[in-house]
Amino acid sequence: MNQTWDVTVSVNGAPVQATVPVRQSLADFLRHTLELTGTHVGCEHGVCGACTVLLDGRSVRSCLTLAVQANGHSITTIEGLAGDAELGPLQQAFMDQHALQCGFCTPGMLATLTEFLREHPAPTEHEVRLAISGNLCRCTGYENIVRAALQAAPALYASGTQGGVPGASE
Amino acid sequence: MSSSWIGKSVKRLEDPALLTGRGQFVDDIHIPGTLHAAFVRSPHAHARIANIDKSGALSFAGVHAVYTFEDLPDALTARPLPELQPNSLMRAAVMPFALARDEVCHVGAPVAVVLADDRYIAEDALEHIVVDYEVLPAAVDVFDAAEPGAATAHAHLDDNLAADIRIGYGDADAAFMNPHLIIDERFVQHRGTAHPIECRAVQAQFDELTDTMRLWANTQTPHLYKAAYADLMDVPEQNVMVIAPDVGGGFGPKVMLYPEQLVVPACALLTGRPVKWTEDRREHFITATMERDQHWRGELAVDADGTIRGLRAEMLHDMGAHAMWGIVTPWISCTTVPGPYVLPSYQMHCRVVMTNKVAVTPVRGAGRPQAAYFIERLLDRAADALGLGRDEIRRRNYVQPEQMPYEVGLIFRDGRPVVYDTGDYPELARLALEKSDWAGFRERQRAARAEGRYLGIGVASYIEATGLGPFEGTSVHVLPSGRVAVHTGAAPQGQGHQTMLAQVVADALGARLEDITVKTSDTVTIPRGVGTFASRITPNASPAAHEAGLSVKTKIRKVASHMLEAAEEDLEVEDGRVFIRGVREHGKTFAEIAKFANALPGFALPKGLDPVLQDTVYFAPEQATYPCGTHVAEVEVDPALGAVRILRYVTAHDCGTIINPVSVEAQVMGGVAHGVGNALLERMVYDDAGQPLTVNFGEYLLPSAPEVPCVEQTHMESPTPLNPLGAKGAGEGGTIPAIAVIVSAIEDALAPFDVQINDVPVTPDRLLALIDESTEESH
Repeated sequence: MNQTWDVTVSVNGAPVQATVPVRQSLADFLRHTLELTGTHVGCEHGVCGACTVLLDGRSVRSCLTLAVQANGHSITTIEGLAGDAELGPLQQAFMDQHALQCGFCTPGMLATLTEFLREHPAPTEHEVRLAISGNLCRCTGYENIVRAALQAAPALYASGTQGGVPGASE
Repeated sequence: MSSSWIGKSVKRLEDPALLTGRGQFVDDIHIPGTLHAAFVRSPHAHARIANIDKSGALSFAGVHAVYTFEDLPDALTARPLPELQPNSLMRAAVMPFALARDEVCHVGAPVAVVLADDRYIAEDALEHIVVDYEVLPAAVDVFDAAEPGAATAHAHLDDNLAADIRIGYGDADAAFMNPHLIIDERFVQHRGTAHPIECRAVQAQFDELTDTMRLWANTQTPHLYKAAYADLMDVPEQNVMVIAPDVGGGFGPKVMLYPEQLVVPACALLTGRPVKWTEDRREHFITATMERDQHWRGELAVDADGTIRGLRAEMLHDMGAHAMWGIVTPWISCTTVPGPYVLPSYQMHCRVVMTNKVAVTPVRGAGRPQAAYFIERLLDRAADALGLGRDEIRRRNYVQPEQMPYEVGLIFRDGRPVVYDTGDYPELARLALEKSDWAGFRERQRAARAEGRYLGIGVASYIEATGLGPFEGTSVHVLPSGRVAVHTGAAPQGQGHQTMLAQVVADALGARLEDITVKTSDTVTIPRGVGTFASRITPNASPAAHEAGLSVKTKIRKVASHMLEAAEEDLEVEDGRVFIRGVREHGKTFAEIAKFANALPGFALPKGLDPVLQDTVYFAPEQATYPCGTHVAEVEVDPALGAVRILRYVTAHDCGTIINPVSVEAQVMGGVAHGVGNALLERMVYDDAGQPLTVNFGEYLLPSAPEVPCVEQTHMESPTPLNPLGAKGAGEGGTIPAIAVIVSAIEDALAPFDVQINDVPVTPDRLLALIDESTEESH
């Protein structure tokens, strides 16, 4: 239980080396060890989706992923989504469309949609709704999140490697 | 005023930080040296604690302390938690102790707390605390619990009746003498909780040097928390600071003062270390307060033309174990029943009954969705029985605009008569019916049925009492930098209060929006506050912001008048500048004026000038203000699967003056989504022993994106005369009629099966069972 493991992870493009308890979740590693508190934990059983981050460009539940499983992989969190810009196209669309209220589910929504939109240049409203069906939001009623995704879709698809996620479009 | 910010869909000031991971929620705050708390919780609905052996946990490496009731500071063992809503109508109001003393009254009640280097260790250690429970008979089913001789929720009480409420007006019995029709029905709304995506969290740091307790909590009521803590611990209020930083949703349950909010600071006092506790979702399921959970029966007397004559009703309200928010919820339910209709006589008998479950306190809608469900469904049944349209029976009973202000004849929970202030109920209904093409629906329904599809439509109207007192305050301060600092006791959880208040202050003060910074939910910045519930911030904090802005503008004019050597009445204030009317270039900026007022050290301030360009105004409303509206839902039901799809959802809504349209629309959307959950999905299930069976999001379903419809909205603006902005609350109206309208539409779709739905939520399995029952009966 107290066993530790050395990991090397790329987090938002920066290399990180750390010794982590083998049972530590990726969410706790990001939030408590690296103090990247933009990733939120809402249910700790993989349903609400708030903790979703990108692992090699693929969305994963960081509450159900162990930190050791990220060894050798590349993680993108909300802090790294915009790259060098103030807001990336999806974040800007969330702001334009009032797609967040309390902002707690937002990091997971952004991660899920970043992955989805990279592969769907012109999704329908229904496809967006299905894509975020694993991300719960209690404030917005989802409508504005869907609008934001539709607004951002062309820009994200064009960007290909959104958020500096290498090799994400395999 | 050259430009008005009020009424503009301003992009939110809150968003950039939240969109880049720079928000700060309680669990994001890392104070070095923090100990992490985890709670031992009762596995039983009702039990006596015989013994607690904590030695096994104390021997764990990384565990610093384990505390039970006896270890708490005297202040917390002498008294239970304070009753926040005392009411003379309560026969019994039991509050929990911070940690269980000798009896636990619901699964999840905190019994002991472990403090460790991290949460993993704290949770490991929990398993090694041995509590001997003597299980007691539990009050679980509310009907059983209401019977004489039932098992009691609390061992020291003789029965479970917390309050017996009889309200009404008019001669209801006379209304039942020879009416054309009596509809007699029972309805049930099951319990569930709000489930903000952020669970509860508390962090405490005691600073010995200044004798100050700093508390971070994701509460909707930071000032209430501060006052309650100071009172209970008998320390000066100024030695307690509460900050509610970014809060990840609230919807009611985060209003309450919970045991953990006292245990965590007590642990900080006992250990001398900062202490943090962040609730996990399972804990939230068994400790966060819940709502709905009411059983209604009513007889509605109507004339042949559909005119309502009277209503006799009774309701059983499951309060749960503790009086966390008194009888506020059932009182609101009972007084909301007349809704937007002329109800000439009304008689209600409500029994508030204790059970061994988590307390019931307001959740978005606060007792009103049940009341709306009750009256709206009764009207549906009456319309069906009379062969009237469901739109028509409503049209024949709405309070008319010329009847405003309309006194219902009841006393609301603020102690004032229920008086509807403004609104055009028939017009709102007309707008919603028109937009939804109500008139064309039967044709759509026929066409669909020819294809084997079952469509249905429903309509429901509502009113909502918002903006309850006693007051809310806002302070406006023009700093020497020219920036404007705004503080308020209003504590947001995503509603966008900062943006809204910035808009109001920009208009009142004549400031530039980008110069305004609004800080909320920090008890140090404003001496008093009430908190966010009852959709009360827009109608209370924004009038306060408006008046404070005007007051500071007067002070600014005075200083500028001195600087510009011009009469105050000749000065205009706009975009953060004061200038002489007609001579725009001859003026001073807020920065120049505030610096002048602040003066140079040692120099004399001109006579009569206020050196601080600041004012704090507390706005205290006379009574609640009433938004109103009508919703229409069109659904498709698959009778083979019990699946319901909401095809269209239309709202016509009036919350008085709208400050930020995009925020109001978003509140309606979110409110409707909550109603979708209540109507179709969310059901907290207990077994016969009071053990909750739905304690994760796989077992208790929240609405996700595919289930929630787009909400097609129309808004009217009937300003209230009750505050200078004419604004009413908008936070809960989306939820209130949603359950009624969705269920009405489902029933309409299933008319060929003659299904009657009285019990919600109506999940697919429940719907299939109803269809089967109905089909069997007809054979």
